Amino acid sequence: MTSNCRRPEHTAPPELFYNEVEAKKYSQNSRMIEIQTQMSERAVELLNLPEGQPCFLLDVGCGSGLSGDFLSEEGHYWVGVDISTAMLDVALDREVEGDLLVGDMGHGMPFRAGTFDGCISISALQWLCNADKRSHSPPKRLYTFFSTLYSSLSRGSRAIFQLYPENSEQLELITTQAMRAGFGGGMVVDYPNSSKAKKFFLCLFAGVTGSLPKGLGTETSDRAVSNQVQYSGQRCRFKGMKGKSAKKGRDWILEKKERRRRQGREVRSDTKYTARQRKPHF
Amino acid sequence: MKLLTHNMLTSHVKGVTKGYPLLIKATEVKVNEVDFNPQFVSRMIPKLEWSALVQAADELGHRQDLPVELVPEYEKNEEFLKKVHRVLLEVEVIEGCLRCPESGREFPISRGIPNMLLNDDEV
Repeated sequence: MTSNCRRPEHTAPPELFYNEVEAKKYSQNSRMIEIQTQMSERAVELLNLPEGQPCFLLDVGCGSGLSGDFLSEEGHYWVGVDISTAMLDVALDREVEGDLLVGDMGHGMPFRAGTFDGCISISALQWLCNADKRSHSPPKRLYTFFSTLYSSLSRGSRAIFQLYPENSEQLELITTQAMRAGFGGGMVVDYPNSSKAKKFFLCLFAGVTGSLPKGLGTETSDRAVSNQVQYSGQRCRFKGMKGKSAKKGRDWILEKKERRRRQGREVRSDTKYTARQRKPHF
Repeated sequence: MKLLTHNMLTSHVKGVTKGYPLLIKATEVKVNEVDFNPQFVSRMIPKLEWSALVQAADELGHRQDLPVELVPEYEKNEEFLKKVHRVLLEVEVIEGCLRCPESGREFPISRGIPNMLLNDDEV
């Protein structure tokens, strides 16, 4: 997450930000092309498509079709949706193989149920967290997007979103709305210890619950742990076995707060003051 | 816009329940050569709304004498798959518009890209 330069979604709505000048960068700047291709490569890997089978995919925020090019190389067919006509014009000039649509993610995906075998999106989802018009409500738009996307995916397929979240609240908003729409899954973070190579991927499963793939660059920390003696909870062997903790105790309150956090409600953060004993009053 | 995409597109205007199939009013249609992939075509056929495809192809004048009913055992019928391939992936609408059968809302198509953006009161 870059904090020194301004985030593009703070400067203008996507249909205005991605103008001819910005769109040109995506067809000429080799560094941008390289990064985009790398991220689409990783996204397709996370999609976990059946080997040797041509699939029908959706690319949300396809822009100039860089991610789509990679899909075509892999032998898949795709439909791209983007809000910026300037970017789509670049895609037309580059003669991409997929079919293109102008559309707003927040309006929902206009497709029949069970159309696609998967969905990828590179650096697009964070745009939905901004309200560019008075009528825009980010949670509502996210929910419309996710619920229509859920129905347009075939059962057992995945949706992979590479995104640049601004802060943890934004991530929480996105994941809660996705779960509300019926998706399972969560975040996969590649190279979590590097500030430059760190990449966030939101992996959503439609219909089935799968185990979340591991992020790249996380193996080293795991190995360090396996070399050491594992911590064993011997002394509190029976603590976790009794089920719920004693009512009104600190653990009980923490558990309850955690549960409500998972439900997406507003919960105060845990501090040393949580569940402290108060003075007796007369 | 390819007819494969058209077959999957629905209208998402507020208040519309089905919004399918969208009627095509084409002013310019082009045929682009695309590599034939029998595996993909036979995989997509069960997902298609067959009658909508035949109707759309008929409107554009590229029906290729496709039957009204889907033929059984199409996986092995290469001639049939080739015809479906041509209609699905090679025929493209370049200029025109799509019309929602329920609300009558028209989505313009320019340079082969349908514009599915809605106004604020249609969301």
